[in-house]
Amino acid sequence: MKILNIIKTLTLIDLFQGLIVTLKNFFRVKVTVQYPEVKTPISNRFRGKLALMKYENGEERCIACKLCSAVCPANAISIDSEESEDGTRRTTRFDIDAFKCVYCGFCEEACPVDAIVETDIFEYHMTENHQRLQTKEMLLKLGEDYREKIVSKKEKDYLYK
Amino acid sequence: MDEFLILLFDFLPQETLRFILPLTKILILLIALILIVAFLVYFERKVIAYMHARIGPNRVGPKGWFQSFADVAKLFLKEVVVPTNADRFLFLTAPLLSLIPAFAAWAVIPLNETFIIADIDAGILYLLALTSFSVYGVILAGWASNSKYAFLGAMRSAAQMVAYEIAMGFALVGVLMAGGSLNLGTIVDAQSGGILNWFWIPLFPLFFVYFISGIAETNRHPFDVAEGESEIVAGFHVEYSGATFAIFFLAEYANMLLIATLTSIMFLGGWESFFAGSSYLINTSLAFLMEPSILWLMAKISFFIFIFFWLRASFPRYRYDQIMKLGWKVLIPITIIWIGVEGIMFLANVGPWKVA
Repeated sequence: MKILNIIKTLTLIDLFQGLIVTLKNFFRVKVTVQYPEVKTPISNRFRGKLALMKYENGEERCIACKLCSAVCPANAISIDSEESEDGTRRTTRFDIDAFKCVYCGFCEEACPVDAIVETDIFEYHMTENHQRLQTKEMLLKLGEDYREKIVSKKEKDYLYK
Repeated sequence: MDEFLILLFDFLPQETLRFILPLTKILILLIALILIVAFLVYFERKVIAYMHARIGPNRVGPKGWFQSFADVAKLFLKEVVVPTNADRFLFLTAPLLSLIPAFAAWAVIPLNETFIIADIDAGILYLLALTSFSVYGVILAGWASNSKYAFLGAMRSAAQMVAYEIAMGFALVGVLMAGGSLNLGTIVDAQSGGILNWFWIPLFPLFFVYFISGIAETNRHPFDVAEGESEIVAGFHVEYSGATFAIFFLAEYANMLLIATLTSIMFLGGWESFFAGSSYLINTSLAFLMEPSILWLMAKISFFIFIFFWLRASFPRYRYDQIMKLGWKVLIPITIIWIGVEGIMFLANVGPWKVA
């Protein structure tokens, strides 16, 4: 046994086995994605930045039921509401704290009128602390700007819900 | 090389020429070395990345070729911070002390039959002296930094260098016995002929020991306890920043290149061709492959450099006591035994070398 061990040590078999592993990897096809130029496909169910939607006639969907802020596990959504001119209940404040949001998508699930939705935008940044608050105007504008994309995304995913 | 330089400086008087000629050669060699080191770093990062199934640097310049130049530009723009209570003079000279031997050793290394800066007879002695000298840079850096991590790294490095220097020296004894000379050019001449005439076959254990000690000597993986970033942050150069750190880096890679070159010269026949003396090629159009050339030397150096990186990508760091055990209890006995075996081979007249 001892002699076998000495032979094993002197011939460096274990070391060569290790070297062969790395050499095999050396010739392996590399699968790295060159990120900013090449992007991996994104699922229709991808949960990115939040947005608020409007009806097709331009009316806000949100009825200030506060279900989203109630279900939010991170307390990221803060809502104030008042009666509007036409007697309906509307939000006066709808802030999402981007630092708190964990992109779980519960708000979207909870919403009875499909007002709050998740887009597939994940590449964004802020340079000032106060920019972490996304106000109602910003969320509505995002919903308008990406309306077609969001709608097609939801339609494609509808069957699998 | 010499004839070309003499033609180039033809207009100069004879006395000046004697001075200018070696100076030009030194300049050529130094600039080549620094450029090679720059691309060596790129090569290392690529090789290791590929072995990790990554791509490696590919942003600066075509395919990332200029990555090292970007790194150097960054390092030289950074501030050199001298720690409080550090020995300022030693702190700043230590990087130079590790760089100077790494470069100076190249003076006696022949790159082909003609290109050599100082063709001295005791080339190997000079090399042994200079490679031992490079440990001063490490020790002084650790001492002058006034930092415990740096000091630990320096101590480890000193002990390691002493242990492996001996194995290295004994391996060289075997080479000079076989080559019959201390002059590197003569040693290469003694290996003339094809791949079977090189010293790596009769001196295989010494070849192995020499290369392993070389890796330990340059503080490379898996013997880099002097740096040991998981235990002592960065070892002896933990306090160095900017240009001083860049110089340590340069010295490490120049040393690596030196060890690769020496191994190729002493065990793989230097600039001799793989196919020299082969009877298959002699009358074919491939006969040019049998010519000795600096390109052969470069191929051999690249091979060893690749092994350096390959080992780095493959193995974890040795534990400190294991390094000592390997050095004193394994490598040194192997070399001593093989020197004895070599002596017997001389007496029995076996082996490819000519008995002097």
